[in-house]
Parts: sequence; C-alpha cells; structure tokens
Amino acid sequence: MTDRARVLVPRVLVIDDEPQIRRFLRVSLDADGYGVIEAGDGGEGLKACVREKPDLVILDLGLPDRDGIEVIQRIREWSAVPIIVLSIRTGEADKVTALDHGADDFVTKPFGMGELLARMRTALRHRVQVEGAEPVFVSGRLRVDLVYRQVLAAGQPARLSPKEYDLLRLLVRHAGKVLTHRHILREVWGPAHEHDTQYLRVLFRQLRQKIEADATHPRLLITEAGVGYRLQILEQEQPE
Amino acid sequence: MAEDLDQDGGRPSPDALLEAARKERRGHLKIFLGAAPGVGKTYAMLEAAHLRWREGVDVVAGVVETHGRGETGVLLQGLAAVPTRTIDYRGKAFAEMDLDALLTRRPQLALVDELAHTNIPGSRHLKRHQDVEELLEAGIDVYTTLNIQHLESLNDIIAQIARVRVRETIPDRVLKDADDIELVDLPPHELIKRLKEGKVYVPERAQRAMSHFFAPGNLTALRELALRHVAERVDDQMLSFMRAHAISGPWPTRDRIMACLNDNPLMSRVVRTAQRMAERRKAPLLGVYVETSSHDRLSDAAKHRIRAALQMAEQAGAEVLTVPGEDVAAELIRLARARNVTLLVLGRSRPRWLWPFSRGAMLDTLIHGDSALDLHIITGSAEEKALPELPKASETLRGVRSWFEGWSWLGIPASLGGAAAATAAGTLLEPVIPAASVSLLYLLVVFFCSIKFGLGAALLAAVIAIGSYNFFFLPPLYTFTIDDPQNVVSLVVFLVVAILSSHLAGRVRNQARAARTREARTAALYEFSRKIAGAVKEDDVLWAVCHHVATILRVRTVVLMPGRSQELEIQAGYPPEDRLDEKSMAAAIRSWEYNEPAGWGTGTLPSSQWLFMPLRTAHTAIGVLGIQFSQPESGLAPEQRWLLDVVAGQAALAIERTQLFQDIEDARLAAETEKLRSALLSSISHDLRTPLSSIIGAVTSLINFGLRLDEKGRRDLQHTIREEAERLNRFIGNLLDMTRIESGAMQPKHEWVDLEDLITTAVTRLTSVLARHPVEFEIAPDLPLIHVDYILIEQVLVNLLENAAKYSPDDAVITLTAKTDAAVVMVEVIDQGVGIPKDKLEQVFDMFYRVKVGDRQIAGTGLGLCICRSIVQAHGGTIVADSPVRDDQGTRITVRFPLEPQPRALPEEVE
Repeated sequence: MTDRARVLVPRVLVIDDEPQIRRFLRVSLDADGYGVIEAGDGGEGLKACVREKPDLVILDLGLPDRDGIEVIQRIREWSAVPIIVLSIRTGEADKVTALDHGADDFVTKPFGMGELLARMRTALRHRVQVEGAEPVFVSGRLRVDLVYRQVLAAGQPARLSPKEYDLLRLLVRHAGKVLTHRHILREVWGPAHEHDTQYLRVLFRQLRQKIEADATHPRLLITEAGVGYRLQILEQEQPE
Repeated sequence: MAEDLDQDGGRPSPDALLEAARKERRGHLKIFLGAAPGVGKTYAMLEAAHLRWREGVDVVAGVVETHGRGETGVLLQGLAAVPTRTIDYRGKAFAEMDLDALLTRRPQLALVDELAHTNIPGSRHLKRHQDVEELLEAGIDVYTTLNIQHLESLNDIIAQIARVRVRETIPDRVLKDADDIELVDLPPHELIKRLKEGKVYVPERAQRAMSHFFAPGNLTALRELALRHVAERVDDQMLSFMRAHAISGPWPTRDRIMACLNDNPLMSRVVRTAQRMAERRKAPLLGVYVETSSHDRLSDAAKHRIRAALQMAEQAGAEVLTVPGEDVAAELIRLARARNVTLLVLGRSRPRWLWPFSRGAMLDTLIHGDSALDLHIITGSAEEKALPELPKASETLRGVRSWFEGWSWLGIPASLGGAAAATAAGTLLEPVIPAASVSLLYLLVVFFCSIKFGLGAALLAAVIAIGSYNFFFLPPLYTFTIDDPQNVVSLVVFLVVAILSSHLAGRVRNQARAARTREARTAALYEFSRKIAGAVKEDDVLWAVCHHVATILRVRTVVLMPGRSQELEIQAGYPPEDRLDEKSMAAAIRSWEYNEPAGWGTGTLPSSQWLFMPLRTAHTAIGVLGIQFSQPESGLAPEQRWLLDVVAGQAALAIERTQLFQDIEDARLAAETEKLRSALLSSISHDLRTPLSSIIGAVTSLINFGLRLDEKGRRDLQHTIREEAERLNRFIGNLLDMTRIESGAMQPKHEWVDLEDLITTAVTRLTSVLARHPVEFEIAPDLPLIHVDYILIEQVLVNLLENAAKYSPDDAVITLTAKTDAAVVMVEVIDQGVGIPKDKLEQVFDMFYRVKVGDRQIAGTGLGLCICRSIVQAHGGTIVADSPVRDDQGTRITVRFPLEPQPRALPEEVE
C-alpha cells in the first residue's frame, strides 16, 4: 500500500478479543475498501490508536483486560475519532453509558455487515459535517431547511410546533447517529428534564404523524429500544 | 413374642433376636440376690469382681457398703474406686454414688452395692437402679446386690410374712432384665448364728423390728421366695433361648391381665397382685382407670390415690389407660373384650352405708354379666387397716365436705326463705288442703334447693322444713313435740324422701356439671385438632400446640425438637421461652433419648420444674413437649394426664404431617426440576442443532460447490444461513431471558412508553420473519402511555408475532390491535393458524410446551409464551389465549396492562 493510498483509504481500528470476529471484519472491511488495524485487548487498542491515528474505531465493550468504557474515556481525552461500540442485546445500559461517555454509535451483536457499514458511513460523514454543516438536510421524503426553518414531507410543508422543530433540528444535526434519551431531553427541554422520557414518547409520536408516510412503519424516526432515537439517512425520494 | 412363632413355625422370633441384639450393646447386669441382709451378697460380689480383675478386666467400685466388716473391707483393697459424692440434705451430709464420675471413668465393670437404695433428693434419679440402668446403657457391666424383700411384686407377701413393710422397692423388671443372677444362699440357722455373732449389720433404730424379721420361719419363707424366683428365671431364660433358636413349643396364646384402678386404698395390692400374675402367665398387663362424672367430686386424697395407682401401674410395666365413662363395669367389659383380657384384678371397696348400690352393683354386673372374664378380687384385711394407706379421719371429713361441693352461701338464705315461703303458703292453704299435703310444699323447697344449690343446701332445707312443719302444722302447734304417732311416721317418711330425692337431684346436678366439664374439654380438644389440622407450616402447628396446651392446662409450654445440629433445641414456647435451666434441659434430653416422661412428677430428675413428654408417632420421634405448672406442688390429675397424652399424640401427628408435607413438597419440586431439566436438554439439543445443521450444510455446500451453483442457488443457501443464524440467535435470546426470569434477575425498568412506538419497533425487528405474513394494525388513536420496561415488552410482542407467523399459513394476515378502556390497555395478536385445542389454552404458557400441528411439531423452543407470561405478570398485567377466533381456526393472544395515571403533560403544548 503506497503512502498516497494510505491517505485516501479510511483506516479502521478494530479492538476485539475474538479472533474470529476480527477475521471476518478484516475480510469484509477490506473488501469494502477500508484499511484495517487489529487489536486484541484494550491496552493494545489504545496504543494502536495513538500510533496509527485511525479514522474510526470499532470497539467491543467486553474486553479481557479492561472495561470498554474506560477505553472510550482514554481515547476521548485527546481524540474525537468516531467510535462505534459492539454490544450484546441485553446490554442496553452499557450502550447508553458508552454513548454518554463519547461513543458515536453502537451495533448489537450479532450483527449483519450491511448494518455495520451503514453506521460507519454515518459516523465518518458526521465527522465531516461537524466541520461545515449543510443548511439543507434531505432524507427520503423529508427535507429540512435549517436556515429558513422549513420542513417538507413529501413536498408538502409540515406544520411543526416549536418543540417539534427543536427536536427535528437536533436529530438532523446528528442524522444517522443514535441519540440517547438523556441527550435529547437535555438538548430540547434542558438538563432539569433529563428523565422525563414521557415527553419524548409523545413528541416523537406527533412528529412521526407529521413527517412519516405511515406512522406504524416509520422509516425516518427509528426507535433504538432502551437507548434512544435515530434519524435514518435514506435516499432522497422525489415527490410525485 | 409368642404369637410370632406360632405362625412362622421354625423361624426365630424377630422380637427375641432384637432383644438379644439390644442386650449386645448394653452392659451386662449381674445381680447377687440374697434372701435377707447378712447372707454375704457384698462379699460374694467382691469375690467375683476380684476374679474378673485378675483376668485383666477394668473393675471400679462405684459404691460398696462394707458396714465396717473387716473381711469385706479387705476384699475391697486393690480394687479401683470412684469416690462417692457428698450431698447435703436437710443439714446432714449423705454419701451417694457419683454417677457422672463413673460414666466419665467408663470402667468395663462397675460395682454398685444395694440396688434397691433410694437416692437422696437432689440426685439425678430417685432410685439407684435407675443409675445402674444408665450405666448399662453406657455399655458398662454392673455387679450389684439385692435382697429378695425389695422386689416390688413381693412387697405384700413380705409384709404378710415378716410384718414389716419394706419401703425401698425396685420394679420386678430390673431383676427380670438382669443378664445374670447369682443366688447367695445361706441356711437360716447359719444366718441367725452370724446375726448373733454380730456379723450382720443392723441399724440401731431397727433392732427390734429386725430381730422379729430374723425369726427362723421368716428366713425360711424368704429363702424359699428367693429360690423360687431364681428358678422361675431359669425357666424364663430357657424359653427365651428356645425362641431365639426357633425351637417350637406349646406356646400359650397371648392373653392380657387388667388391673382395675380406682381410689380404693387396696390399690397397691391390686397392682402388685396383677403384676405378679401377669409375670407368672407371661401376659401383658393393663392398668385401667374408668373416669366417671363423679371423679371431679372426689377428695384431693382420693385423687392422689388414683394418681399414685396410675403411676404404680406404669412402674409395674403396665400399659396404663384412663377411659372416660359412666358405667364402670360396662367400660371394663368393653375394654376387656377389645384388648383380649382374660383376667381382671380389682379391689373390693368399702361398703358405704348410705349408698349400698353404687360399687357393689359394679361387682355384680361383672360377676353375673356374660363377660367370660376371670375375676380376682382383693379384699381388705384387718392388717391393711393398720397401714397408713388407710384414710385418715381428716379424709372422712373431706368425704362429708364433698357433699357441699359447689356449695354456695346463697343456699342458706334460699333454704330459709324457701321454708318461710312454704310455711306462709301452707298457712294460707291450710283451710283448703289437708295438713299432710302441706309437707309436699316443703318437699318442693328441698327439691329446689338441691337442684339449685346442691346437696348441702338441700339437707339444710330438709332440716328447716321438718322443724317448721312440726312447729307450725303438727299438733300441738307451736311446739316441737309431736302428739300423733302417725305424724312421727309421716315425718320420718318425709325425711327419707327429702334426703333421697335431694341426693338424686344433686347427683343429676353433678352429672350435668361433669358433663359440662367434659363437654368443655372435648370442645377444647376439638378446637385443638381443628386448629392444628388447619395449620400447614410447622411453625403454625408448633405455635398452636404450645398455645393450646398452655390454655387448657394453664401451664407454660415449650416444644423441643432436634435442630440443625441434631441437638435438642427449643422450637416454640408459650409464653415464649428462650432457654431452660440446666436441670430441665437434662430432663428434656432424658425424655427424648429414653422416650419416656421425665422431670417434675416423674422418677427421673424430679427436681426439674418442667415435665417433659416425648412427642412420638408410630413412625418417628418428633421431639418433646415440656410443661410447667404455676404452682409446682400440685400434681398432675389423671384427666390432665389423659389430656396431655391425647394432645401430645395429636401434636406429634400434626408435626409429623407438616414434616411429611414438606418432604412431599421437596420431592415434588425435585421431580419438577428433573422434568424441566430433561425438557430443557431435549429443547436445547433439538433447537440448537436444527439451525446449526442448516448452517453447516449450507456453508459446506457453498465451500464445495460454490462455483458450480448458479446465482439463485447460491443466494438461497446464503439466505438459509442468515435466517437460521437469526433463528439461533432468537433461541439463545429466549434461553437467556428464561434464565434471567428463573433466577429472579429480571427486574423491569419502568418508563413511560408509547405502545404504538413499541409495536412498530417490534415489527421492524421481525421484518425477515414477517416477510411472508402481512401484518394489519388496528391501533386506536391517542393511546395512553404505559409504564413498562420497553425492552421486555418489546420482547413480548416479538415473541407473540413470531408465534403467530410460525403457526400461520403463508400470506395469512396477522392482526395486531391496540386499544384501551377505562382500566386497561389491551394488545391483541390474532393469527389465522390452526388454533389451540380448548383444553390446552392454559398449557401453552407452560415452559417447553409446544402445540402439535397434526402429527408434526413446529420447530420452536416452547419458551416464547412462557417468557411472555412471566414478563407480563411482572408488570402487573395478564396474558390469555383463546381459540378458535373465527371459522374454527386462529388464535388470539390478549395482553392487558393496567392503565396508570398519565404523567404530566408537555410543558409546552403543540399549536
């Protein structure tokens, strides 16, 4: 691999103690055009992170030598590199903790490669977006103009309440990323309401009714059970 | 024992073998039996001990009375001895055998002189033979000495022969149970010679009595008694040997001898006679007291005599029964028939001048009835009267006093008033009725008094009535003299009628009262059995037992049972008791280990304040019941003893029942666990292997023929792998959930959840499973929020939808509804599958239960619905299945959550 290629190809650090997982990730990511760096435990992973400066980190929370959360904290002390966490289904609390400590997203084991690649793309794009946010966001049937505060669903203006708009704007700014309940509540209602999830439930129901084609089959506003919500990034739909 | 051999011909009787086995473990008892003091028993014992000692046996003298005789003292030298213990009693020091030291020393052979000795109060046992018993139990051999006159059953005969009542007696069974008896025999004239030479120790104060005792005639008789006893014993041993070795012989059928117990002063003779006869005939002995309604009216002394008789019979080895009943003879006959009794021993009671029918009638019935019973009647002799057992003067007084039982001072004004009223009425009516009829009015008053106030008041009324009648109505009027002899006759008749009728009325009254008492006791017992029958847990039963015994007997109670460490511990008490003093604890342990009452009022550790009764059923030993009276000097009356026996028996049964119940419950749980485990194993082996087989098969196909397969074939295999892996994942998820539920680790994290949101999430998660099953939603608008654990309830919906898909044909619609009413939020999942048989609607929620479709079993874990139910119930909701839904097919699962007060609304409302 030439130096030039190294610059162009995004490099991914995989920190996981299972060789089988690392192997299939290496093969698949390689095939999708990523450069892969492997680490078998937390200490090795942190060293690799410092040495190699990867573009993205995939971190298994269950490591033999130290807690995955601790690895996130250590990385966050000096780097804003996107971190995607691998976790088991029943570990919702771990996921939330990881996200609250600075992880960007999570994937539940066992996972499909398609899902992981989508999350990686979002995380990498988000990193670019932070630097220069686009004024207009488009996903599926939804179009949000952040400058003129205009929301269109399937080409029709959606009349949002101020709170609904605040919520949507927050989701748009982190489009594709999961946002924890606490995060959303703090941003939209303020720190005093961090635990009032019922606000979220009602507000999301209202928002879905206004921007989703079928509220019982939401495609844009996805619930991440036990963790939070995510605004899905879809191909733009042309209004008929 | 005898009947055992009757039936099995040549086999040794198990009882006989058991007896032999029991004796194996015990120490051996050898008794040196003599006819009288001075025959040289102690000397013989010491000689034998020396022989053993020289053989190398560890011999220790526990207590040996040399009475200062040189030759005996010499023999004692060389033998090890445990020093005696000095006990202070009433200011004097007494030396007693130190039982504990002896038990600790554990010699092979202990020498214990004077078996019939009575211990000084404060010792562990009343009698020395009980000490010896304990030594034997501890496996220590014992040599001891005994004079024939101390044998309980010979007590009467000895008294007749020697005119001396021997106070220190031992039960016959001690001699019977001895392994060896050596008769130390000395012809009478030689004994007398020794006596004259001063070689026989005689206490100062007994000099005179003794010289009478040592008359040649007496000694000959005693010697004969001793010889006969030993001869009988040899006979016994031979029989025992024959039984143990299965030598058949003409064994007599087993009959029983019954001693009829009552307050008769002849009781000790009745018991001893019965015991002697029972032993001669090798027959079991029954001691029976028939408790009539008059029992309550007996004097304290009479009650005490009954108590003593019961105790004595018990010590004589009799089975003692207290039977309630009115007709003593009928009860005796009934019992005799029931228990195969052939001989009845009873004492003839003193005739009573006023009531010649009562007891004599009983004898009559027994003699003339067709009871086929042999009767042995003990009659009082002149000699008997000289004995202190006869009633004292004060007791006769008490008999009179018993007439006034239930006496109320109201009886005096009542009889006076009644007589006055009768006089007034008589005066008024005199012109109308004949003077003789006025006496009937007085009779009425006497009658009234006897019914209302008892015999005493009636007698008083009778006296007043006669006086008044005479004074006011019989000429000459207003004097107490009577002119007409005819009136004298009528007055006498009046008196007799008054006394008889009031006696009758008083008896009726007493019977009624006795009936009430018995009624109350029966009610208490009934209440007791009801209460303990209702108690399921051991603690409840124990509490009921303690509380009830405490209430009906007015005592403090404790129940002790072996605890975890198998040591006896207090398990319950009323009023609650934490610990017992050392002596009581020793009594409790004694009662537990020997299965006999111990402590207060018994022969063992009587100085304890508590009386302990073993709680034992036919199957097992449960523990001991302890009671303590508030006034420890009052004895246990027969009816209390009877009550205590009944209650202890019932309590033991009830406790055993709870223990059995617990055992059954444990066994059931174990079986259940075992069933679950095997179901789990089969489920895992099947449900893990099936998807794994598909995956391995598909993967190996791809590896081996990947290039030769066309695009579609390859994709099919790839999809198979993916679907099967997902299925495997769900299965493991279910297993994990089940494990969490079972281990109690599932703790719902309640938050406010939008049901619609939850439904959509579940449906989204199942996209691949539901690919072939369209889902229709009927979701009511504006559903309230529910307060649940999002993840868990989502799992419920996922499981329900997955089930619906599994049991539905392809393209059949699955309907999902969500609605609410005033009290619940309801979710229904309706499929169009084959449905569930009516009788299986509940079972589908059981672990590892799977509905069969035709003869095919749908792949699945049988865990899904079970998990659903656990989760929903943990949220306070319900889940039910019904089927068919329509057209004989389809299943509807309905989940209901309680509707809770909704949280605060949004701080800022929508436009």
